Amino acid sequence: MTAVGLADPAGPSSDGAGSPACVVELTGIWRTYGVEPPVHALRAVDLVIAQGDWLAIVGPSGSGKSTLLNVIGLLDRPTAGTYRLEGIDVEGYDDLARAGLRGRHIGFVFQSFHLLPHRSILENVMLAELYRGEPRAGRRQRAAAALERVGLARRAEFPPSRLSGGERQRAAIARALLGKPSLLLCDEPTGNLDSRSSAGVLELLSELSADGLTLAVITHDEHVAGFASRRVRMVDGSLSVER
Amino acid sequence: MNGRDLFDECVGTLFGRPGRSGLTTLGTVIGVGALVATLGLSKTAGNQIVGRFDQLAATDVMVTPKTSGSGRLVTSLPWDSEARVRRLNGVTTAGTLSDVDLKGQLVGGVPVQDPRGQSRFRLPVKAASPGLFEAVRATVATGRLPDIGHSTRADRVAVVGPTAAERLHLTRLDRQPAIFIGDRLYLVIGILDDVERQPGLLDAVVIPEGTAAREFGLVAPGALQVETRIGASALIAEQVPVALSPSEPSLLKVVAPPEPRRVRVGIESDLNSLFLLLGGLSVLVGAIGIANVTLVSVLERVGEIGLRRSLGAARRHIAAQFLAESTTQGLLGGILGASLGVVVVVVVSASRSWTPVLEPWVPLAAPFLGGATGLLAGLYPSIRAASLEPADALRATL
Repeated sequence: MTAVGLADPAGPSSDGAGSPACVVELTGIWRTYGVEPPVHALRAVDLVIAQGDWLAIVGPSGSGKSTLLNVIGLLDRPTAGTYRLEGIDVEGYDDLARAGLRGRHIGFVFQSFHLLPHRSILENVMLAELYRGEPRAGRRQRAAAALERVGLARRAEFPPSRLSGGERQRAAIARALLGKPSLLLCDEPTGNLDSRSSAGVLELLSELSADGLTLAVITHDEHVAGFASRRVRMVDGSLSVER
Repeated sequence: MNGRDLFDECVGTLFGRPGRSGLTTLGTVIGVGALVATLGLSKTAGNQIVGRFDQLAATDVMVTPKTSGSGRLVTSLPWDSEARVRRLNGVTTAGTLSDVDLKGQLVGGVPVQDPRGQSRFRLPVKAASPGLFEAVRATVATGRLPDIGHSTRADRVAVVGPTAAERLHLTRLDRQPAIFIGDRLYLVIGILDDVERQPGLLDAVVIPEGTAAREFGLVAPGALQVETRIGASALIAEQVPVALSPSEPSLLKVVAPPEPRRVRVGIESDLNSLFLLLGGLSVLVGAIGIANVTLVSVLERVGEIGLRRSLGAARRHIAAQFLAESTTQGLLGGILGASLGVVVVVVVSASRSWTPVLEPWVPLAAPFLGGATGLLAGLYPSIRAASLEPADALRATL
């Protein structure tokens, strides 16, 4: 049961200007499934992700990486502990409020891209604004700009099936970037990609990080973890600092 | 997420997989179509039954003088009844008809020496104004009908009904046969083929009114037969007594057809209950189809549900989306079904030369029925979709 305190405001962060605000602050988070016997997916996890951080979460499969990501992404509720997102204690928030926070503050990138097969790439990106209460006017332009940012402007009207894996993941990143989230959560973003596509996606993530975006990336690929400014390891639901 | 967004998502999903959406909608299309078609056809068929009855009966008005308690006539029809009534708007034709009292005299053909055969009969003789033949829709087997000239000149001519003609051995007119009424000879100018009203004419000898007045002392026409335009009978029945007897209209007895409405209602309720049951069953089957496919589609789209939750969709957004999709499918099915039903009613009517009749609210309400069907059918699947845990849902791939 290793609690890793990284709440030190002067902790390692790529953004050295002043004291960075905390985007994510987990304190004593437990996530337990079942009753007899209970399975502890997360054991007293403490974690701080500061603004501009690029955090890599590594560990073997079944170690609780995905559960941690789900808790951070407000997709799952911790059994115990306190979670502050952008300084807001989300304890007691109902489904609608959590969904609103999730939509506004967190962008997700999945291993299998999660692009709707019967929509064009542009429409897939536009989906990101749907539940956020943004005006419809200019949505297409904003989505096109996001695609431009990831270098897919010329693929906008294609269906996902006509894109390569790397392009699909870049489209998914464009969708996650729409609306400027506080935090980009990536679950094995290169897990389904060959090494060349992986390099492209990692380069894109590096650029975004350099622009000040906060990133948390789950991976079991040491090469991918190497790009991060900070790295933590999950083992059996507990977190330990790697470096 | 506003209504427009919801609508766009709905359209995007339904038209993203047109084949599946079409097949899902088909159930509702058939159900609602069957309902609209059965309602329309029962209405159409009911109207045809009444319509056939209408054509003859609903245009038939008979006027006779009332009789007092002792059987004596209290008034009489004027000689110019026909002309007076024809002036009324709604009357297509009219004519007077009277029984001629022969005072025991018999009617006979030209005497033939036949010991077994009878040559003189007690046949009814009737007097008719020239317009009567049109008013009873008489058709002529051979010869012609008397005109106004025969009546004014009181010519001794006669038209014979087919049964009477047979008894008098009259078959052809080219040798100008004549018959005796009493002891006066009458030239037969025509033999009737059929009449649609006053079937008593078929076994009678009909002579012009003027002739009856001079030869047999007919004092006034006995009855007035009026044919009206369809729908005008009630009005004409009201106006005719005033036209004929302005001083005492109540002394005339008018027989007009009953309002056909009640007949119509009776026929419809019988047919409708059966047809409605069938149509309702088809809609139910359509609803089960939508529910089934929506449920399957929820299970298939678990990954999409997870993605939408990750993009900030709350449970209610997911529920709303699936409900909107099933409702839209129902609505589309309703619209297509209503159109199909109307086409069926028109085609069936055309093939039977019927007049298609459809209550206007039926095709207008049908889309709403379809929408309600879709809404109900989508209820359970959308609850299932909304209750999925986002973390679990995201484990599925798209």
